[in-house]
Amino acid sequence: MSRILVPCHVKGTVALQVGDVRTSQGRPGVLVIDVTFPSVAPFELQEITFKNYYTAFLSIRVRQHTSAHTPAKWVTCLRDYCLMPDPHSEEGAQEYVSLFKHQMLCDMARVLELRLILRQPSPLWLSFTVEELQIYQQGPKSPSMTFPKWLSHPVPCEQPALLCEGLPDPSRVSSEVQQMWALTEMIRASHTSARIGRFDVDGCYDLNLLSYT
Amino acid sequence: MLQEESDLSLIIAQIVQKLKGSNLYSQLERQAWASLQRPEIKLESLKEDIKEFFKISGWEKKLQNAVYSELSVFPLPSHPAAPPEHLKEPLVYMRKAQGSWEKRILKSLNSMCTELSIPLARKRPVGEQKELLNKWNEMGTDEPDLSLFRPVYAPKDFLEVLINLRNPNYENGDSLSFRTHLGLIQVPLKVKDIPELKECFVELGLNIGQLGIDDSTQVPPELFENEHVRIGQKVLAEQDSAAAQQYIRQGSPTALRAELWALILNISSQPEDVLYYEQLKTNVIQHDLLVDSLIYKDVKLTASNDDYYFVFEDYLYQVLLCFSRDTSVLSHFAYNSASPPKSYIRGKLGLEEYAVFYPPNVAPLCFLYHEPSKLYQIFREMYVRFFFRLHSISSHPSGIVSLCLLFETLLQTYLPQLFYHLREIGAQPLRISFKWMVRAFSGYLATDQLLLLWDRILGYNSLEILAVLAAAVFAFRAVNLMEVTSLAAAEAVLADLSTLKVMPLLQIFLFATVT
Repeated sequence: MSRILVPCHVKGTVALQVGDVRTSQGRPGVLVIDVTFPSVAPFELQEITFKNYYTAFLSIRVRQHTSAHTPAKWVTCLRDYCLMPDPHSEEGAQEYVSLFKHQMLCDMARVLELRLILRQPSPLWLSFTVEELQIYQQGPKSPSMTFPKWLSHPVPCEQPALLCEGLPDPSRVSSEVQQMWALTEMIRASHTSARIGRFDVDGCYDLNLLSYT
Repeated sequence: MLQEESDLSLIIAQIVQKLKGSNLYSQLERQAWASLQRPEIKLESLKEDIKEFFKISGWEKKLQNAVYSELSVFPLPSHPAAPPEHLKEPLVYMRKAQGSWEKRILKSLNSMCTELSIPLARKRPVGEQKELLNKWNEMGTDEPDLSLFRPVYAPKDFLEVLINLRNPNYENGDSLSFRTHLGLIQVPLKVKDIPELKECFVELGLNIGQLGIDDSTQVPPELFENEHVRIGQKVLAEQDSAAAQQYIRQGSPTALRAELWALILNISSQPEDVLYYEQLKTNVIQHDLLVDSLIYKDVKLTASNDDYYFVFEDYLYQVLLCFSRDTSVLSHFAYNSASPPKSYIRGKLGLEEYAVFYPPNVAPLCFLYHEPSKLYQIFREMYVRFFFRLHSISSHPSGIVSLCLLFETLLQTYLPQLFYHLREIGAQPLRISFKWMVRAFSGYLATDQLLLLWDRILGYNSLEILAVLAAAVFAFRAVNLMEVTSLAAAEAVLADLSTLKVMPLLQIFLFATVT
């Protein structure tokens, strides 16, 4: 299914902490990231992708557009999704993650705003966040092409004109050409990743230094 | 679920892509064409009949083995947004550490080149080529002057790099907290504890027969050994890789070992493979690499002086020299955190077959395989599947960093008094056991014990058993170690491992230690 990137504006992370951030000694374990879509109308969310950076659990709340005059409310669409199975160790700490529409708890039909709530209960990490956040909406289902009239409304079959003798039957020729074309397409499509295994250039293999880059 | 289905089809597509370029694919095609002559293949049900034919003639089994082998070796396809470096190693700071380690080695090699005025690689003159061809089977008798060559690095240097590995996002403060690492390794990788290891290595349990324990002279063979050998022969007759891998977890009878390993590693001696080996041999004869001298020196220093392995000196040269020129090994760099060093040939970029491997463990394999091209294939496959992880910095559970951390964690958790004592006298246990693990115990254990250990590496497709064995050895000699008062004395207690029996140690440590 195709998808289209939705331009979004990611606001800075806000740490939630009891007490004054400056004076208390511990590090915040909860961060909130707001994502707005200033230039886009309410859309249907298809996929969210991001790169994790030491976040253990993720919750997402969404505010949707309602048709009536009631103000839009925040609804939780993902609750405590686990990104790191063991918050104290590195497993899953820097992985790329995709979240899809079908994993959400509610319908994502007319999204106005998203709020990501990141949690990292372990005191071992200095900071945590998510990076490279990208939101996708559903792409068009089929390529939007208009067919020419003669293709969508073919004329009824005509009688083929009588051919001169000695020429092959056109329907047989066309089916053979079709088979050959299919063969070439197949060969073109089945490229392999096996190596050929050459390692000298023009018969020369004089190396003097290894490069550092 | 949508996600799992799409993952599965991605894996299938990847495996098909990989197999399409292989020998097996063209063989299957040829067989399919040839089978059209057979009377039972009918045009209406062509697809089903050919599939049936493959099943009966054993070709389906070969295909299954190839797919199984691909699944074991290649990591699962990653997220589409992940760049290729992420597949090699997901943690950025480890990638950086591996990069700087490689730079250090390259610098050392380059400076050796310029100091000794020897080119990294050159084409041999024709006379020299003829001479080498004549002496191919007795390269050990050659005594070139190698005094100027220094080894590029020793295990100690590598250990220092691992000790200094730090995650920049980790609380590395001086104050002791509940997660302070008391050992040498300071990165918080996830390692298994004994309950998880027990689950993982369940076939090593006390109530399951093992070769290495239940085949000793006091135990009558009818109890376990005869039946085990019979099952082994059956597995070989079926030619099923997955069954062989399961079977070998209980050890392999000596007579069947060579074939079983070849089956698990999915190596069949096709004429093309012998030809490939001959091609590599030609490359060795035509070109001379600086690495060759380093290999010579290392083999002379290690294997030639070893009581068990000196007989194989010539074999070792033949295999290692070819290995350093094998470009097909480059494909494993896709999932190895290391990268091959590059060099410029006449201004064009070429790939130097990596000169940066620590001499791999070829010698024990010489006991099993006598034919050079088969020996070479087995060695190459074992390196590409397992041993490369012992020489590169990565977060993989079988990587050397995880093995070191696993060893230290096991020792701290289950032998805390011993660990504390050794730490107090300045003998951090990892300093002693590192050299065992980085060589997969080759050169330290008796050969038959080593081969039993490597059986389990193949069977469980992981190197974690090396760390467990290292901890088990410390547990076994704990009483003596508690009495030493210096690092040198501790090393002396653990200097000679050649009398140890591997399987009883592992069994006791995992299943019979009171915690």
